[in-house]
Amino acid sequence: MNLLTSLIAVLILTLLALGVSSSAGLTYLLTVVIPYAAFAVFIVGFVYRIVQWAKAPVPFRIPTTCGQEKSLPWIKREALDNPSCLCGVIGRMALEVLLFRSLFRNTTVSMQQKRPIYDSAKWLWFFGLLFHWSLLIIVIRHLRFFIEPIAPWINGLSSVDGFFQSGIPTLYLSDAAVLAGLTFLFLRRVVSPRLRYISIFTDYFSLLLILGAVTTGLLMRHFFPVDLLQVKNLAMGWVTFSPVRAEGVGTLFYIHLCFVFTLMIWFPMSKLMHMGGVFLSPTRNLANNNRMKRHINPWNAPVKVHTYEEYEDDFRDKMKLAGLPVDKE
Amino acid sequence: MSFDHTPKPDELIDVCYDPPKTPWTKTPVDFRPGTWSYPGTPKSLTALGLANPRQWQPTDEDWKLPENWKEIILDGMKERIGKHRSFKLFMDLCVRCGACADKCHFYIGSGDPKNMPVVRAELLRSVYRRYFTQSGRMFGSLAGARDLTVDVLKEWFYYFFQCTECRRCSVFCPYGIDQAEITMLGRELLNLVGLNINWVTEPAANCFRTGNHLGIQPGGVKDMLEFLADDVEDRTGVRVAVPLNKKGAEILFVTPSGDYFADPGTYTCAGYLALFHEIGLDYTFSTYASEGGNFGLFTSHEMIKRLNAKIYAEAKRLGVKWILGGECGHMWRVVQQYMETMNGPTDFLEEPVSPITGTRFENAKSTKMVHISEFTADLIRNGKLKLDPSRNDHLRVTFHDSCNPARAMGLFEEPRYIINNVCNNFHEMAEDTIRENTFCCGGGAGLGNDENMEMRMRGGMPRAMAVKAVKEKYDVNRLACMCAIDRATLTSLMEYWVPGVEVMGVHELVANALIMKGENERTTDLRGEPLKREESK
Ligand code: SF4
Ligand code: SF4
Repeated sequence: MNLLTSLIAVLILTLLALGVSSSAGLTYLLTVVIPYAAFAVFIVGFVYRIVQWAKAPVPFRIPTTCGQEKSLPWIKREALDNPSCLCGVIGRMALEVLLFRSLFRNTTVSMQQKRPIYDSAKWLWFFGLLFHWSLLIIVIRHLRFFIEPIAPWINGLSSVDGFFQSGIPTLYLSDAAVLAGLTFLFLRRVVSPRLRYISIFTDYFSLLLILGAVTTGLLMRHFFPVDLLQVKNLAMGWVTFSPVRAEGVGTLFYIHLCFVFTLMIWFPMSKLMHMGGVFLSPTRNLANNNRMKRHINPWNAPVKVHTYEEYEDDFRDKMKLAGLPVDKE
Repeated sequence: MSFDHTPKPDELIDVCYDPPKTPWTKTPVDFRPGTWSYPGTPKSLTALGLANPRQWQPTDEDWKLPENWKEIILDGMKERIGKHRSFKLFMDLCVRCGACADKCHFYIGSGDPKNMPVVRAELLRSVYRRYFTQSGRMFGSLAGARDLTVDVLKEWFYYFFQCTECRRCSVFCPYGIDQAEITMLGRELLNLVGLNINWVTEPAANCFRTGNHLGIQPGGVKDMLEFLADDVEDRTGVRVAVPLNKKGAEILFVTPSGDYFADPGTYTCAGYLALFHEIGLDYTFSTYASEGGNFGLFTSHEMIKRLNAKIYAEAKRLGVKWILGGECGHMWRVVQQYMETMNGPTDFLEEPVSPITGTRFENAKSTKMVHISEFTADLIRNGKLKLDPSRNDHLRVTFHDSCNPARAMGLFEEPRYIINNVCNNFHEMAEDTIRENTFCCGGGAGLGNDENMEMRMRGGMPRAMAVKAVKEKYDVNRLACMCAIDRATLTSLMEYWVPGVEVMGVHELVANALIMKGENERTTDLRGEPLKREESK
């Protein structure tokens, strides 16, 4: 059901883009007005969400510890899975964000001969990593449309990425990788009954949006080439705040744009914000140095306790009878 | 306890992981006997000043909620969103990648999809979306939102009291989303309208008044400890002292009341007494702070603080230098992650230094509370104990990492170091089931009661099966652990799944091996069971 709705939503989007490409007024809207709007929504929304999270206090230091803590000096500790200082935390977060450390632990359970068996299941980690990294590289490669002259490091990246020259134009590794990653993530959601059970609209829709943008991009690159000069003109127009209407860039390009802008607007209000949120997670970004350094809770308030005096009042006779010392006779 | 109403192990193990046809949003809860806990009694709620004390049962149609229950819950959510970054973040961040789904022992043992941590969280998240996010308000179920109804509340009650706050899911989540945190906040919300379980509220109420969960009064604590001292004398011939409420002692010793009141915890407690006597430790127990465990952790953050306050207050009153804590799981979650933040600062205490070895416990320099396994490992390392590990030769031991010391501290090596020094037959369970991957006993967080037996046995199944494997392979007959709840719950779990394996604390092993000055020749262990060499003679 959720899958169907998201498919329909993406289809509508495509049709919309088709409609746009056939009307001069609407292409103006898409290439001159919406880029700024989408960009603004993306930036403002992203910052807003992060600020909302960051504003909420962290009353307790609650790291999840995944290795030996720092204790006696002769006991070997896990500085990254259980950091006790800032550098350890930075290391842990770097592993988490760059290499998906936690996902690497993934296992899958099955019942075999009346026993639960835990098999290693690194596929999710592998394809997840593949997808995220290649998407990042693709986004960076796109910078060549927005910067003139093209910074040498972007070219450098592109040439490494296109190292395995196969076909003309170059087939970028990242293109193949992003498709593989996306396909895996999508199929997994559709095929695995457990995943299908927990998935909601946003899960499918986010994947389909990215899939749409990637597919149209690849089609333009390999099968229906667009006039790159025109694209660059358009993009440079945006950055220099003198947007021009693009001529002869083709329907596919409009669909591509449509997906990308929708993605930018969708991003801050959806689960895609995990990109920013992961940095704030209190079970990961705090050092496990609780007993070494007091953590302050900004809203720590007095509570009603049962004091020793009250306790002794309750039990004084019994304490005396048992021969226990009392403060007040 | 009895398993009369629990299906046989052979039936219970038939778990099916295929999700049902109906989506979880359209599956109402079924309060099946054996899978839920009795609600808190009016008496304990009143004693703690909790909301809406009344008689009710989860199977009742009418839960006698306050008129404006919905408003109370939503206001409560709003307040907590503003007070806990974790709450807001964990509500927003989940991408439903499913990495946590099959990591929960309750899911593995029951196959109930709502026991997947991700769905357990969605129970609350869907309501959060509906009332606290724009998209949820506008798009409703399309955005994964749903209305807060009495049925939803019932579902929360059932599933938040079917989570032992073990944090295993959080180890695997790429964003560290911790269902234990969500359960804690969810239970806090439920408490606002008087929904809680008696196995939590009664110990908490007892603890508040008498200082310990079991409601033992000062004389009773003394009697129990004296009784254990008699036991030690019977087994070893050495009379050990039981210092209580002693002003000016160097160290305050705090341990869960289960240790001195219920088998097999008592043997662990006897182990502490023997050890402290042997090294001549200047310490004291307290009757006022006679509980290390803290059932506030299973109620609300406020309740944690209310119960925990006694430990520092008593340390101050008695004028001790620092605090030593016994073997307990959730007690150590509180000590490590909440105590000083809530009830510090600790300027009236000194940085802990072992009076026997001179070691400074740098890692506890601020909270000033040392874990007994750190303390004992340091003693052994410095050669301060005379040990005869062969006295444990009749035991083939495996070790269960308790959830909280594992995933809220990272206390892995100390107990292993101790065990390896005091016994000769130690066999680890499979890697997926120990250390940070450890499986819960199935009865933590207040769920270790008899009426919830089926769910406990289901939740404990992954742990039990791992024990069973080492039993078959190495003939293991003892399951050591460092947690008072474990010592109670694992005992039933073993009886049900792996008969022949008994449960013990690490310090029981220590005391078995400890050569004491002036002792008689030992023929039995602390339990009075004959030592191996006796058999061979
Ligand atoms: S592992 Fe984390 S992100 Fe993935 S489904 Fe579970 S809670 Fe959500
Ligand atoms: S904290 Fe433990 S019991 Fe609760 S959902 Fe996570 S794995 Fe399950």
